Amino acid sequence: MKLTGAEILWESLIREGVDVVFGYPGGAILPAYDAMTKYPQIRHVLVRHEQGAAHMADGYARATGKVGVAIATSGPGATNLVTGIATAMLDSSPVVFITGQVATSVIGTDAFQEVDITGITLPITKHNYLVTDVDELAYTIREAFHIARSGRPGPVLIDLPKDVQAAETEFIYPEGPIRLPNERPLLGATEAQLEQVSEFLRASRRPLILAGHGILLSEAEEELRRFVERTGIPVALTLLGKGAMPESHALCLGMMGMHGEAHVNLAIQEADLLIALGMRFDDRVTGDLKTYSPRSRKIHVDIDASEINKNVLVDVGIVGDLKQVLTQFLAVAEQLDTREWIQTIRGWEEDQRSRDIYNMPDDGKLYAAHVIRDLWKYTGGDCIVVTDVGQHQMWEAQYFLHDRPRTLITSGGLGTMGFGLPAAVGAALGRPGEEVWAIVGDGGFQMTLHELATAVEQRVPIRIAVINNNFLGMVRQWQEFFYENRYSASMMNTPDFRKLAEAYGIPSMKITRRDQMKESVEFARQYDSLPVVLEYAVEKCDIVYPMVPAGAALHNMIRRPIRVTAGKED
Amino acid sequence: MKYSLSALVENKPGVLNRVVSLFRRRNFNIDSLTVGRTEDPELSRMTILLEGTQAEAYKVEKTLLKLPNVVHVEHLHGKPIVIRDLALIKIRVDAKTRPEVMQLCNIFRARIVDVAKNSVIAEVTGPEDKIESFLNLIRDIGVIEMVRTGIVAMERGEHGLAPVNEYTRTVARTARTVV
Repeated sequence: MKLTGAEILWESLIREGVDVVFGYPGGAILPAYDAMTKYPQIRHVLVRHEQGAAHMADGYARATGKVGVAIATSGPGATNLVTGIATAMLDSSPVVFITGQVATSVIGTDAFQEVDITGITLPITKHNYLVTDVDELAYTIREAFHIARSGRPGPVLIDLPKDVQAAETEFIYPEGPIRLPNERPLLGATEAQLEQVSEFLRASRRPLILAGHGILLSEAEEELRRFVERTGIPVALTLLGKGAMPESHALCLGMMGMHGEAHVNLAIQEADLLIALGMRFDDRVTGDLKTYSPRSRKIHVDIDASEINKNVLVDVGIVGDLKQVLTQFLAVAEQLDTREWIQTIRGWEEDQRSRDIYNMPDDGKLYAAHVIRDLWKYTGGDCIVVTDVGQHQMWEAQYFLHDRPRTLITSGGLGTMGFGLPAAVGAALGRPGEEVWAIVGDGGFQMTLHELATAVEQRVPIRIAVINNNFLGMVRQWQEFFYENRYSASMMNTPDFRKLAEAYGIPSMKITRRDQMKESVEFARQYDSLPVVLEYAVEKCDIVYPMVPAGAALHNMIRRPIRVTAGKED
Repeated sequence: MKYSLSALVENKPGVLNRVVSLFRRRNFNIDSLTVGRTEDPELSRMTILLEGTQAEAYKVEKTLLKLPNVVHVEHLHGKPIVIRDLALIKIRVDAKTRPEVMQLCNIFRARIVDVAKNSVIAEVTGPEDKIESFLNLIRDIGVIEMVRTGIVAMERGEHGLAPVNEYTRTVARTARTVV
């Protein structure tokens, strides 16, 4: 049967299991939007800005593990996706982007709304395509989805000229597996490597596992837990690794890195064996590389061969899928005596607790850390949290404990402000049975709050917690520490968020005291088909502790002074 | 230390751009990059010369293999290889210097491919250092312009690029249809 390129697009998406796409129409993508009316099984979410579509597709992908799809027109439509594409790239999120393009006959003439989007997105996509022949379209879509979800996942863009959307051809969808020229079978650990791993394990007195996003992408949480329980090795998490191991587990220590728990960073520095699983030794995790974990032997497992020895030189580098490699590890793993080591770490943790804002007397102020801890407590913690970027994001990572995978969605690598709200809409549409919270700062919220209209239109019951301190808090924190309190452009006036919510028809509540926390959760939970805005007016000048200054050694943390007084956990 | 790598890539538009963009954004210090056709119309072959450490050479290999269009990458370092660069050098001559230029060309087995009243074009082929030596001698006489192809390299002996040769080529041919 002959179909147009536009019809082939939708037919192919359906065959790839797509049921929802996030997009915005425009001239060069009109044929595709016209054909969409014939495919009611696809839910189209009309955003208010293409960046929103990109983050929603990303949030959807991270919440479900499926490939997210965003669609936009040529020119400005395509360039508005760019921040969202880079965000997906840096966090290995599988998203397919479809952009319209001017007709092939005028490509290269600076035609109206023409932009070289495959050129622009070359460095921020896993791969991209400009389809100039309708006969290649079905195969290209098949391959794009394969690339997006295979190996280390990532974004793929397909640029589709208007005439290709209109051209007709015989539609045959290439079913069956695909193997690309650069693909190699993933062999996992060799016999020799397994022997080394087993020898390293036996010789170690202070072993530590660093678990990253790769555990979630490989769905190897169960294997990790079994390996940890069999060996008794404690686990530290990266920001995107939260959920890889239940944080309530006795052997889970918490987050590492710039704003990681002090005892976790000290454990990394004192360890004699690091087992890094699906993480990439980002500078926010390692601090100064020269002084990073100086006494440890290092084992690194990653599906991306180029990550091995990229930042940190390791003794054993294993390229493979973590599910497979951890199964291999389990076969050689034995119970280690880590009691003394864990006692040492817990000792450091005691010191940390004595400084924690939680164990200070209440001074009547509302601190963001309290807000987040109380949200965890009063929601029961069993919900999906999507954050924006900044101080609130770090407090979320410190004070909201996640026991299940894919329940924290946050922009780690790129640190994209404005990610939170749209990603939460995507996550909620991907996991309709789950309670979804967007925890955002007043700065990031204002970058993409136009998507409130989308959330209302789609009747998405997300609870939006705006942590409002009238500051770009993290910028202000850096200015306090490193720029002698010169608050250059970090103060901002915010609108009346309740009136704003009202304009969109969204119920809202403003919280100024800690004793309103429980009530605020109850208020939000009344609504199951509408978003809710909760404005938490928090203490303006608060600091995320501990902090490893950029480029400093991981153990050189700025700690919370013990004298600070604040609330107390009951 | 100089390292050379050979890469087989799909012979498609934009692939060179992808490779070059990758080198730039990963901050790889590439001395020379050549690309040309191979015995197989589906494949192009790149010869990459970089100045750096062995670890960097491996980084280049692993990063290249992230591109779906890259079929195979091989290190030539430490292997017996034939390495060639080609230069066209336009030299300013007069009646007095012409015989000297001819003589130098003879010694270096360079060919004179163009003769004009006040200039000649010499074509010299060989490893980089041979061309450099020729150039050093000819520079004082007067070089008007020069163009070089960059190096191409091939391992000596009977086998082609890697034992995975047949495997990778089969993949390259069949990849665009479903295997």
